[in-house]
Amino acid sequence: MNQGTDATAEKLCCRDVWKIFGKLPGGALGQLRNAPQRQHEIQTLPGCTVAVREADFSVREGELFVIMGLSGSGKSTLMRCLNGLIRPTWGEVFVDGRSLQAISAKQLRRLRQEKMAMVFQHFALLPHRTILDNVALGLELQGVSKKRRRAKALEALELVGLQGWERNHPVELSGGMQQRVGLARALAVDPQILLMDEPFSALDPLIRRQMQDEFLKLAAKVKKTIVFITHDLDEAIRLADRIAMMKDGRIVQMGTPEQIVLEPENDYVEEFVASVSRAKVITARHVMADPRPWTSRREEDPLAVLDRMKKEDLQCVFITDTDRRLLGVLTREEAARKIRGGSAPAGCNGVPAIGPDAPLSEVVEQAASSIHPTPVLDGRGRILGVVTRKRLLQEWKQDLEG
Amino acid sequence: MNGIMEVLTTKIPLGEGVAWLVDTLTTRFSAQFRFVSDMLEGGIQALTWCLSALHPLVFIALCTALAWFIRKSKGVALACALGFLLLLNLGLWESMVQTLALIIAATLLSLTLGIPMGILNAHSRTAYFVTRPLLDLMQTIPAFVYLIPALMFFGLGEVPGVFATVVFAMPPVIRLTCLGIQQVPTERLEAGRAFGANWWQMLLKIEIPSAMPSILMGVNQTIMMALSMVVIAALIGAEGLGASVMRALAVVDVGMGFESGLGIVVLAMLLDRIVRPEKTPDGSS
Ligand SMILES: Nc1ncnc2c1ncn2[C@@H]1O[C@H](COP(=O)(O)OP(=O)(O)OP(=O)(O)O)[C@@H](O)[C@H]1O
Ligand SMILES: [Mg+2]
Repeated sequence: MNQGTDATAEKLCCRDVWKIFGKLPGGALGQLRNAPQRQHEIQTLPGCTVAVREADFSVREGELFVIMGLSGSGKSTLMRCLNGLIRPTWGEVFVDGRSLQAISAKQLRRLRQEKMAMVFQHFALLPHRTILDNVALGLELQGVSKKRRRAKALEALELVGLQGWERNHPVELSGGMQQRVGLARALAVDPQILLMDEPFSALDPLIRRQMQDEFLKLAAKVKKTIVFITHDLDEAIRLADRIAMMKDGRIVQMGTPEQIVLEPENDYVEEFVASVSRAKVITARHVMADPRPWTSRREEDPLAVLDRMKKEDLQCVFITDTDRRLLGVLTREEAARKIRGGSAPAGCNGVPAIGPDAPLSEVVEQAASSIHPTPVLDGRGRILGVVTRKRLLQEWKQDLEG
Repeated sequence: MNGIMEVLTTKIPLGEGVAWLVDTLTTRFSAQFRFVSDMLEGGIQALTWCLSALHPLVFIALCTALAWFIRKSKGVALACALGFLLLLNLGLWESMVQTLALIIAATLLSLTLGIPMGILNAHSRTAYFVTRPLLDLMQTIPAFVYLIPALMFFGLGEVPGVFATVVFAMPPVIRLTCLGIQQVPTERLEAGRAFGANWWQMLLKIEIPSAMPSILMGVNQTIMMALSMVVIAALIGAEGLGASVMRALAVVDVGMGFESGLGIVVLAMLLDRIVRPEKTPDGSS
């Protein structure tokens, strides 16, 4: 989705957030902060768990931010800090630039009612309410009239594919269905910020896929800011604008899905992403080669060009203007013919090209349909690189091996 | 040695203190006690009058319908009808109505005081730690003991009976309300908070509904405790089945004693079956 220009506002922001469960001996936190090398000690303090340490990040408006990590790495705790369900032991959380630690309880309630909704890992439905009333909870707490909140709740239920269940009670639904009720409850209030704690974990692959698609569409349409926890790397890659990897309460790497998969910064992340197919994140940008040997200015002497092609064993070159904009492709035969005809090689035929963010599948498709290497162009038609078949096959081999 | 024993056995004036306290209360607040007493008396009389104004058969029909409505069980409805018919047959109808009025009054009073107390205890540690020993005291001191101050405050009759019954019957509903609310799963509370519920909304929409099975169990326990106080309340002049037992005791009439006792048992069983937390749809009764 949108890679977020710097102009978009920061919606959520964590500044050096720590959460330690259990009773800290006096001054332990200060000591800890002043002497980072002693941090492991606090883990051994009896009755203390450092669930989140030094979380420092911000989520831009409209961004889909995914938090990943093993069980117990503090993902849920971090998410609860974002809407103030848990008060950080240290540090501050900002929503729309306002610190949750600084506002009154009443303001916090309004913020939660109006701006953010949460989907819980274990659903947290109210068993004494019908499905419809469960979904309408947020609206009810806002004081929306019964008629309107029922209409909205029905809409949300339809969105998650549970129409017809509104009169049942949660206990009558399967786990996956309950999870979708939790999802509908959050969607019903139409919040700017959605906090989702493993919202699809209990769904079967088919419905999960369906919900992901539905969800991506929704997110793109209404520009919600979403923080999403998942165990499933494929899901993260599919959905995320950015991923934060957590280990033992610390964010060990943060970046786009490609960065996480292709440039893991440490063993933990590497192990985590080992199983994922690189093809899922790789784009044309990653497999393209330097275009310089492959391009030739329109003004260049055709004899020299042909010479170069022979020397470097190129079947063709791409002709560009002085601004490196692609004009056409020139094969060896054409060059030879043109030399015999005495005219300079000029760009002619339309060349199939792709953008730098095209996924690998598209690149392969393009490469298969053309005998030439595939040029990669930026938005203004300038050549950024060239994808050769050799490079594609190498990539494939690496993927098979890795 | 003797000196130490002497010091140790010099009695702490505990009883004297309590007596002084009760004395002072009675004299200083006699007007207030009179007022409460009159209110209660009026309430109980009105209730008794209402209940006895109904023809027994109409009454039985209504109770059976109520049992059916609450429990949706033919068995309970039938047992209800048969039980009341038995009481009618044994000639205990009037006593039963008086007892029932007493129980209803005591239960309503216990609940209106007890449920808020339970909620308070669940939310405030201080309240919890202050109330807990008091509740232990109320439940374990032999009931006869607080008949004495009840008599001093309110004189003879129904009112001290209700007072003593409330003291005895309120603890379970306080405890179970408190327990029920404390045991509401954290995630449900978080759900409420995450969607911006205020204190009252949390209480009314999340905590109390979640704690309902436990609260209903408390109501049931309170009714049962109230019923078990009935005989004792008869000692200080409360009319009803208890008084019949007392009379039987006074004249050593085994048959009459058995019948009155059976009357209490039947009433207890009926009330228990009708007012009892059912398995809720979430299965977390
Ligand atoms: N209320 C709490 N009291 C004490 N410790 C807690 C509490 N909540 C979480 N923890 C501890 O904090 C750590 C992080 O828990 P958290 O629930 O955030 O993990 P998680 O990453 O969400 O795991 P999972 O993927 O299993 O949901 C765990 O070690 C847990 O034991
Ligand atoms: Mg979790």
